[in-house]
Formats: sequence, C-alpha cells, structure tokens
Amino acid sequence: MSLVPREGRYALPRGSFVAAALLFLLALCVAARADEGDKPDPFADISATTADVEARGVLALAVSGSPRAAPVIAALRDGKLYAWKWPRPDTPLFIKTDSGFVDARTGDPVDTPAPVNLRKVISSDTVRGAIETAEGALDLFSPQPASRRKAAEALYQSADPGALTLLDKALAQEQDPGILRVLREAKAASLLKSGSGSDADRIAAVHDLAARADLQTRNLLASLQGQPPTVAAAVASAITDIDHTLQLWGLAENVYYGISLGAVLLLAATGLAITFGVMGVINMAHGEIVMVGAYTTFVVQRLILAFAPALEQFGLLIAVPAAFLVAALLGVLIERTLIRFLYGRPLETLLATWGLSLILQQAVRSIFGPTNQDVSSPDWMSGALQLGGLTLTINRLWIIFFALLVLGALMATLRWGGLGRSIRAVTQNRRMAAAMGIRTPLIDALTFGLGSGIAGMAGVALSQIDNVSPNLGQNYIIDSFIVVVVGGVGNLWGTLLGAMILGVVDKFVEPFAGAVLAKILVLVFLILFIQRRPRGLFPLKGRVAEA
Amino acid sequence: MSDAAHTSTVLSGNSLLYLDAVTVSFDGFKALNELSLILEPGEMRAVIGPNGAGKTTMMDVITGRTRPDTGRVVFGDDVDLTRLDEPAIARLGIGRKFQRPTVFEPLSVHDNLLLSLAGDRSPRFALWTKETPTERDRLDQLLATIRLTDDRDRPAADLSHGQKQWLEIGMLLAQEPRLLLVDEPVAGMSDAETEETAELLREINRTRSVVVVEHDMAFVRALGVNVTVLHEGSVLAEGSIDAIQSDARVIEVYLGR
Amino acid sequence: MLRDKLTIVTLSCILGGALLLAALNLLTPGASAAHIADFIVSLVGKYLCYAILALAIDLVWGYAGILTLGHGAFFALGGYCMGMYLMREIGARGVYANPILPDFMVFIGWKELPWYWQGFDHFWFALPMTMLVPALLALPFGWFAFRSRVSGVYLSIITQALTYALMLAFFRNDMGFGGNNGMTDFKDIAGISLNTETTSVGLMILSALVLSIAFLIARGMTRSRFGKVLIAVRDAESRTRFLGYRPESYKLVVWVLSAVIAGIGGALYVPQVGIINPSEFAPGNSIEAVIWVAVGGRGTLAGAILGAVLVNLGKTWLTSALPEVWLFAIGGVFILVTLFLPRGIIGLFAACSPKAPVDAQPGAAAAKSAAREIAG
Repeated sequence: MSLVPREGRYALPRGSFVAAALLFLLALCVAARADEGDKPDPFADISATTADVEARGVLALAVSGSPRAAPVIAALRDGKLYAWKWPRPDTPLFIKTDSGFVDARTGDPVDTPAPVNLRKVISSDTVRGAIETAEGALDLFSPQPASRRKAAEALYQSADPGALTLLDKALAQEQDPGILRVLREAKAASLLKSGSGSDADRIAAVHDLAARADLQTRNLLASLQGQPPTVAAAVASAITDIDHTLQLWGLAENVYYGISLGAVLLLAATGLAITFGVMGVINMAHGEIVMVGAYTTFVVQRLILAFAPALEQFGLLIAVPAAFLVAALLGVLIERTLIRFLYGRPLETLLATWGLSLILQQAVRSIFGPTNQDVSSPDWMSGALQLGGLTLTINRLWIIFFALLVLGALMATLRWGGLGRSIRAVTQNRRMAAAMGIRTPLIDALTFGLGSGIAGMAGVALSQIDNVSPNLGQNYIIDSFIVVVVGGVGNLWGTLLGAMILGVVDKFVEPFAGAVLAKILVLVFLILFIQRRPRGLFPLKGRVAEA
Repeated sequence: MSDAAHTSTVLSGNSLLYLDAVTVSFDGFKALNELSLILEPGEMRAVIGPNGAGKTTMMDVITGRTRPDTGRVVFGDDVDLTRLDEPAIARLGIGRKFQRPTVFEPLSVHDNLLLSLAGDRSPRFALWTKETPTERDRLDQLLATIRLTDDRDRPAADLSHGQKQWLEIGMLLAQEPRLLLVDEPVAGMSDAETEETAELLREINRTRSVVVVEHDMAFVRALGVNVTVLHEGSVLAEGSIDAIQSDARVIEVYLGR
Repeated sequence: MLRDKLTIVTLSCILGGALLLAALNLLTPGASAAHIADFIVSLVGKYLCYAILALAIDLVWGYAGILTLGHGAFFALGGYCMGMYLMREIGARGVYANPILPDFMVFIGWKELPWYWQGFDHFWFALPMTMLVPALLALPFGWFAFRSRVSGVYLSIITQALTYALMLAFFRNDMGFGGNNGMTDFKDIAGISLNTETTSVGLMILSALVLSIAFLIARGMTRSRFGKVLIAVRDAESRTRFLGYRPESYKLVVWVLSAVIAGIGGALYVPQVGIINPSEFAPGNSIEAVIWVAVGGRGTLAGAILGAVLVNLGKTWLTSALPEVWLFAIGGVFILVTLFLPRGIIGLFAACSPKAPVDAQPGAAAAKSAAREIAG
C-alpha cells in the first residue's frame, strides 16, 4: 500500500492540544486520508511555528505513508529542515544536505534559496516527543513488511498504553497475517498495561498474548496485579500454558545442545576409537592431539591475517586440512617412536602416553603461553536460526554437519579404500594380514595417523565453541573415553551412538542437577552399563591385535 | 552299549555325566547341535573329531564357561551344571586341563600345586592358613606322580613345554576331581612323553573318570578306551577305536587316520 | 614375624631414617651444619604419606593386576575426614569465631552443621572414619566392577572417571567441604598444637611407623596363600576360576584393604601439609602415584616406597629450581620407565642378583597372558 501525497491544501482547525488529543486528531487525519479524492498535504503543518501544531504535523506526516515522510522527519530531528520565512499557501520546505538544498517533498535538488527567505524549522521538547513516536509509528505504515513487523514488535516490547489508537489504525489497514498477529499482541500488551478496558476485553487480550509463548509475555502476565477474578483466572491459565510451552522448547533446546556436544565428542572420540579398536592402544595423549589441532587453527588464522588477509573468511576451510596434516604427522611420529614398542601392553601404553600428554601440554604452554588464545569465527558461521521458540546457533549446526561429514568420509574410507581394507584386515587378524603381504607396521603407523588426524579436526571444531588453551585436551579426554567405552570399541556406529547419548544425557541432566552432578550421574550410568555390557554397545568381534 | 542300555543307565541314575541334547550357537553358527553323551563313573572316554566339531565347546559347557541355549548337563545324581558358574562346578569335582598349558608362571611348581589342593577356597582361609603336614605329604605325592620333585622350587615359567603339561595335570589331580576333562594333552610332545602321558592317564583313571579330547590317533589307541566321534556339534559315532576307525561315516568325515 | 632380608632392609631404612632425621632436627642447634630444617621434616613426612599411598597401589596393581588410576580418591577421602576433624578442632579460634561452624560455612551463610559433620569433633570418631569412608566407597565400586568382570583398561578408565567426578563434586561450595578453597588454617590435633617443631617431628615419625606397619601387613599378606592366589589371579584369572576360586572375592578384599591404607595415608598427610582441597582428587595425581610405583618396581612393595620418595624428591627439587622443566621431566619418566624399566629400579637390582623374587615381577609372560585375557 503506497500512498502518494496529492497536492492540494486544506485547513486544519486551530487551537492547542495535549498529546492524547493529538492522537485523536491523528486518528482523524488518518481517517481523512483514507477517503478518496481530496488528499490533504501531509507536509502542511510540520513547519508550523506553534509547537502543538508542529507536533501534530509531524504525526500526520508519519501516518501519511508518504515515502518522503521519514527523511523529512529525520531532517527535522537533525535540524536540517528549512521552511519559507514568509507564509505561502504551498508552504515550501527544504532539506539542507551536504551538497546543497533539496525540495523536502520530492527530494529533487533545487537552487539554493536566498538565506533571507529561509528559516530553520526548530523542534521543541513537545515536538521531539512527537518525532520519537512518529519515527516508531512511521515504520508501522511503511511499504516494507519487514519494517512494519519491526515497528509492531517494538510497540509490543514497550507495551505503551498511549499507542493504542495508533495500533487500532494500523490493525485496520494491515493485510499481512503475520504482522497482524504481532499488532494484536502489541495492542493486547498495551491494553493490559493501561489497566483500562472491560473485563471481557482484558480476557480477550490475555488470550491474544497467551499464543505468543515467550518469557517476556510470561513476565508481563505475571506482573499484572489486582485483576478481577475472571481476568486473574485467565491470566493464571495463560501463564500455565506458556510455562508448558516454554518447557517443551527448553527441552528441544537441550536436545540441540546435546546433539552439538555429541558432535564434538564424536569427532574427539572417533580417533580414539580407531586407535583403540584397531591397535588396542589407549592413547592418553589423544586430548593433546585435539589441542594441537585447535592451536593449528589459531596459527593458520594468524598467518592468514599477516600474509593474506583477503582469505580471512576461508580461514577455517584452510585450517581443517592443515590441522589434519599436522595432527596426523604427530600421530605417526608418536606411533613410530613410542607406541610401537609397547604393543600388547595396553596398561603400559596408557601410562607412557599419559607422560607424553604432560610433555605435549608443557611444550605448548612454553611456546604459546598458558593463557587462552583467540580464535575467531568466520561470518558464515555466526548468527542463529529461529525455529519457533528454539534458537539454533549456526556455528553448532555447522559443527554437527562437519562431524557427520567426517564420520561418513571415514566410514567410506574404511569400507572401500585400499587402506581401509588393509586396516580392517589387520584389525581382524593381524598375523593373517601380515602373512598375506600387508605391511602391518606401515598400516599401524597410518592407522594411528588417521585417528590422530581426525582428532586434529576435532580441535578445529572445538576452537569455535571453546577456549583454546593448553588444557583443552584434558577437558575432553575423559568424555572421549566414556564414549568409546559405551559405544564399544572398533565400531564407528557405536561411537556415533555413544557420543550422541553422552552429549544429550549430559545436557539433559545439567539443568536439573548442574554440570557436576551430571558428570557423576553419567559415571554411575557408565558403571552400571558396563555391568550389563562389558564390551560396549557394539563389541568388536575378532581379536584386538596382540603383540 | 545299546540305546536301551544307555537309557536304563540314565533312569537308574548311575551315570556320572549326562549331556542331554545340548545346543549352543554363536551368532547363528551351531557349535553344538543337540549333543547327547553319557559317561559312566570310572570310565575314561576319548573324544575325537575334526576341527570345529565342537569338542572344546563341549568342555566349555560342562565346566560352566559357556551356557547352552537348550539342553541339560547333569552331573552325578541330580546336579544341573547349566545353573552353576565355573568356580562352583570346579568345587563339585570337575577339573579341566586346557590345550595350552596354563600354569601360573611366576609361582613355583610347589605353589602351583598348593593352590590347587582341594580345600577351602575363601579369601579368609587363604589369609590365615599355614601349610599343614597333611598338605605337605599330599604335595610330595603329587610331585612324585608328575615327576617334578626336583623342580619343586623352580618358577613354573622355567619348565619345558612337556613339564608344564604335566604340572597342569598335577594341579588337576590336586583338586581331587571326580571327573577330569583333558584337552589335547599330548599336543607338542615327543613320542616318549606321549607314551608317558598315556601311562599317567591310565593310572589316574584307576580312581577317577576322565574325558580326553585328542587328535593324535596313536595316543588314543594307546589309551585303549571307548571313543566318541563328534561332527558338526553332535555325536557321529561311538565305540571302540577299531569300530569307529572302520565306520564308513567316520572315514568319510574324518579321513580315518 | 617376617624376617626376610627385604623386610629388614626396608624397615630399617624407614624407621632408622626417620629417627635420624628427628634427631638431627631436634637435637642439633639451629646454626650447625648438621641441623635439619623444620620444613624438611614436614617434607619427609609428606613423602612418607605418599609412600603409604604407593604401597596401597602396589598391592592392587603389582599383585592383583588392577591398574587403578583413581586411588588418589581414597587418599583424599581419608584426608578430608582428618580435615573435618581439624576444622572442628579450630573451634572458636576461626575468623568468624563460631565455636561450631567452620569459617567457610559461616561465609556461605549456613546456620547449622550438616549431619555428615556430626561426630567429627571427636578424634576417636574421626580416625576410624578416615579408614571407613574410603572403604565405603571402595566396597560397592569394587563389588560391581569385579563382579561384572570389568578389567584392564576399561577398569582403569572407570577409576579415572570416579576420581574426576569426586573432584568436581568437592569443588562445589554447597557440598559442605569447603568448596574450591578446601580446608586449612588448622590449629591443633588432639589437643597438640600443629605449629610446633616437636609436632612436625612427631607426625613424621608417626608416618614412618604407619608406613612400616602397612608394609608389614602387605608383606605378610602377599607371602601368604592369599598373596599367591592374587598373583595367580593377576596372571591367569580364568584358570583360577577353573580351580574353584572366585577372583572377585580376592580382588575385593585387597581392593578395600588398599583403599583403607590409602585413606590412612591421606589422614596423616593433611596435618603435615596443613591443607586439603579438591585438587587432591585430580586425576593427574592418581596417575602420577602409579608412576611412583612403576619407577620403584611394581610387585615388590619396597619398590613402591622407593619410587614414591625418589620421584617426589625430584619433583620438589625441580619445581623450585626449574619449574618449567618439571612436567617435561615427569612426562619423560613415564615414557622411560615403561619403555626401558618395566621392572623398576628394584627390578634392575634383582636382575643383577642371582635369585629373582618369585612373588613379584609380572614381566613379559604376564604381558602375554594379559594380552590373551583381552582377546579371550
């Protein structure tokens, strides 16, 4: 709906009005505007010298729907609106810009009028109040639906009783059902806040609001005191309904966070599942390899900022393969220099790799310092998706997607690649595989490298949602182990299930019991679980490699 | 023995061990398929069969390591072994000797036997007990039986393969079992040792029942006892060594060595 | 009584050393070269408590094959029990001068003592509790773990998780154990002031005594038939079942006993270092304690004591002289010991002497058996 200002003039009744009366008149103006034919000039009164008339003029201009209304009011606000000093029927108006003057009504540049003919239109306090309301109201009648919605939301937030008439008019004109609903909610809020209106009206308002089940509405309803019994009952029942809905959304949110936590755990635990499943090696330095991946991300970002700032948004995409490589190389190095000598002795391997983790932590601490390092998120990972009452942060969505992608790629590699076949052969029967010509030491090194590489990528993901510090690995190692133990060793589906279960359970229990008790409960669950299934959900069939 | 005679033995409750249609499957593969076997008290039986026939699984079921899907295992008059776990079955008087000698390597020969002596198995007893003269005599006897008297203080890890096998048999005897299950006792032994082992088992059989699982046909012949042939989880044939070696079904399945 | 060479040597070292130290502290004038400073006495006392913990670990690891990575939890629990007693002993001398409530409780606004603090104002209640509480944790845990035949790395990880969970729990202020600050500022124990020289010496000698008694108990146990069964269980658990033993029962007994010993170690530790806080539950502490045993030589008992003292001496020295190096050093120790010194320092000596101790040293054979256990 666009209203094109028609030229012409009409006379307004004179006199001074208080704000409420102004709005009444505003209504008249709008009603008048809705008539076909004689279109009054909305710009007529804005340059009036009497404050009340001027304020009225501001409001009239605001609801006129003229596309020039906003810039003119803004010009008035900024002290850039000029009028003809001498009364003229066509009340010329000018806006002063940096490049000269423009006609206020059309926006076209004009020859600079002689200064003697111009006076600046000044705004007193009354007018400034009107300007504020006007700018808010402007959007209500803007041709853009998005602006109208934003204005309606703003009015809902403020729940200003004074905006009632304004809202009524907007309601009468609005076509878009979504915006209509927000307008109704805004009106309901204003009505309830105002304390006016009949009981029936108020109950209807409560019902209008109840559909909008968010915390703010609940607070508003809860703040209503001293209502007559019928209304109070309606309020109470609305609050109960809202609470119920909020709870459901809260649950959904917990599930979302649980899944995203599960995705991170999946990445961290997958590498562990490989090294333990294939080689029977418990690598306590696994967390530190994840940490190295996170630090690689940090270094990559720093390098990009220093040498190729244009690539900043692609930082993560570069960091992922970089972290994979760095971590994989580290893994191969560890396997060749340490793990290789301890095959068949899982408990010794556990101890030796623990020592290695201490060394790695201290090394990183010495090189980078003990404090958190800043890793930024690219723009395409910020923001959130709104699904009803559920806020899905985009970065976590990406992490979930990434984790599943990595898992899928890994499964494909194991199933179809030559390397994958060799790995599976070695897992199932090492001696036979060796007898068939597979170079088991090489496969061992590569497997460990693969598992470590994935851990490195987990570090990239972690850098986006957690602090990058030398202690990063420690925070996730125990959870990773629990995932591997629950899911069963050597089966990636088990790891997926275990990670998701742990992530969701953790997040679910957390709001009830706090993070600590959540951990304790998970531990108890784990112990009981191990009782029933000592080898995990999907136990590995075949032999774990012997010396 | 004819089927009727078998049945009457069972009904009169004289059998020592009775496996009744025992079935065990692992992931769809039937390791034991309605296996039925009867052992008389004082009998020694040899059990042979190709690899995968279910011999070791049968031992596992008897000793409680594996629970059968269906079927019963009755020991003595009325004890259902499928309800008990390994320690309980061991305490009832069933001893098992494994394919690979599993003695306790860090302990001395003496201590290996000491731990095996029949008696109280509770931690409380083990904490406070001291070696009694009776026990010492018994140990001396056993050491003599298994020809390891001179090695009594050596760690079991230092014994030769054959000596370890004998030590394990000694440990079995120390338990004073009513029934011995012996799994491939002469695997890896020299001919001389094989002969000695057959002699040893015959001597043991004078006071106890024995079930021997073996591949070595010469050894089985040397034992001179009835033979049960297993195939694909159930009994294929039973009888003397000559009878089963000329049994057409056995030859077909087992190449009758 | 046990009169073998190992026992005699170990006990004389411990007790003789303690007495000598005491003499050099109390009887020599402060300025003389022979004088041992007070802080060294407390330090040695601390080492002796660590040695008690190491002994406890060696019992379950060296003899029963249970790699426990959470024994620090029992140590800390015993420590907290003693800490609770010492806090109550402060009485009205605390900052808030509340005769019943410790300072930290007043600080968080509690009005009365929680039920689990009752009785801790009596020494003869607190002392048995330092043994009972770890036992009460160890018993159900061990019962479930051993009955379900959880073993090897799975069990180790669960013990880690256990101590980790306890650490998180004790960090909470609302648990009533002092939160992340823990308990400190102790005044006296059983009426004796904690701030005098003689008390430190006394506590150190007491620690040496307790260590010796624990050693004797452990030695007696491991040389008895029980100990032999333990070794059999460690090496070939299924075989012991076929002999009629229930490994679960044996493991449970030694596990609970070990927890009690660790608890006592913790109880002696707290008055000597003057503080107990949740970081004692840190998983890293428990893992480090295991390496003490490995360095000395697992399965020898004396090795545990030796390793605990040596490694902590190194730690004290390095963390003051070259603090950045300490973590590298201890990490390196972990790696070197597992790669090159599987039998620890004592193992080195035993290899040189003709007769290796029979009841110890799992060695390669056990490693293979362990590998088979995993597979089977």
